[in-house]
Amino acid sequence: MAGLISRGFLGRRRPAEVEDRLPPGQYLVTDFPVLSAGPTPHTPLDRWSFTIEGLVRSPVTWSWAEFQKLPTQTYTVDISCVTKWTKLDTRWLAVSVDTLLQAVQVEPTGRYVTAYSDGGYTTNLPLDEMVNGQAFVAYQFDDKPLEPVHGGPARLVVPHLYFWKSAKWIRGLRVMERNQPGFWESLGYHIHGDPWKEERYSGD
Amino acid sequence: MVQPVLQWQAGKLTAIRPETRQTKSFTFALPKWMAHRPGQHYDVRLTAPDGYQTQRSYSIASPPERVGELELTVERIPDGEVSPYLHDVLMPGDQLEVRGPIGGYFVWDVSVGGPLLLVGGGSGVVPLMAMLRHRVAQHSTVPARILYSSRTAEDVIYRDELDGMAAGDREFEVLYTFTRQPPAGWTGYRRRIDAAMLAEVIKPFDKRARVYVCGPTLLVEAVANALVQMELPIEQIRTERFGPTGA
Repeated sequence: MAGLISRGFLGRRRPAEVEDRLPPGQYLVTDFPVLSAGPTPHTPLDRWSFTIEGLVRSPVTWSWAEFQKLPTQTYTVDISCVTKWTKLDTRWLAVSVDTLLQAVQVEPTGRYVTAYSDGGYTTNLPLDEMVNGQAFVAYQFDDKPLEPVHGGPARLVVPHLYFWKSAKWIRGLRVMERNQPGFWESLGYHIHGDPWKEERYSGD
Repeated sequence: MVQPVLQWQAGKLTAIRPETRQTKSFTFALPKWMAHRPGQHYDVRLTAPDGYQTQRSYSIASPPERVGELELTVERIPDGEVSPYLHDVLMPGDQLEVRGPIGGYFVWDVSVGGPLLLVGGGSGVVPLMAMLRHRVAQHSTVPARILYSSRTAEDVIYRDELDGMAAGDREFEVLYTFTRQPPAGWTGYRRRIDAAMLAEVIKPFDKRARVYVCGPTLLVEAVANALVQMELPIEQIRTERFGPTGA
């Protein structure tokens, strides 16, 4: 992308193998920044559940104990936040969205998903970008229970989209026919949010 | 809500004002200026001669009443990539690519109403200042208070302006707390913001307060959790967090 040359700016270069993994406009962090719009929810595990509803044959709700019994995988993925930071090789223990959807059988009219969370947060995603290993619900980060500030007890992770799509404190997925803008998508952020296409804001 | 498409534009730096040892305010004239809502931010993009680019986000310090202008107050992060450039290289007359305004939740204007409680830590005061400057520019009588945590007296950004606002306005009060070294003779708060301090500061507003909290994650977590404990409705608590992210 062309830009006005900034007089006297050379930039901080990273080794090519790192630079190649940073989407346009992003910079590398090694810590794990926290961003959220309101207070951090602290839902006790005995009151936590995860639901899949909407355009599905048989809606399902798992308790925390039941969710823990679902098959898990370890994922190592790069994540990019629209606020410009990218963190490489984050490690999660998670249940694949494929595993979750197998339990409900999505109706043929179901094409989009709204992920919803404690605290009222929502975000929208195309269903075909959540299957085939592209998205998972994680409850451990770096071999430890996911901390509340980072979305614990469980958060969605969709590494190929900006991290606001990876809903913290997730409590369920609603399968829908239409693409319904979520919280940030209604406030000027991009409806899709691909960091490699730099889909940050509405109209990008 | 219809969202404008945000395009990059070259802002011309017209003024630099040192605020503290670590922070400076930069005023830009924007060719395609658009009114923002106090609390929003702009993206800044730097481009090297070989095409390398990097971006950061900075909160807007100016109120929307300053038509055609954008003021950003930026803390210099010693090992950062962009803030040292802005502090050490950029000069009046230089151009800087920016786009915005961005963000639609951490915003307050007089139409939102009050009473308004602002809680800031360090450079987290910047978006809160845009709200206060807007409140003054609108001659608003919405009751407002700011609780502002700094390490030392030298680290307080906008001190004279905040004190000036409070001196001329019965509906506005500024409360400082110092976490390391209070000024000589200081009789006010001298600790990190905690639940007891918040309870005192929020008292005149009670559960009607609309609260905006901006600062480091630890401060924001402590304040937001305390407000939830006080049973303030969560829709009335809006947060913006700064982590140490090497900006």
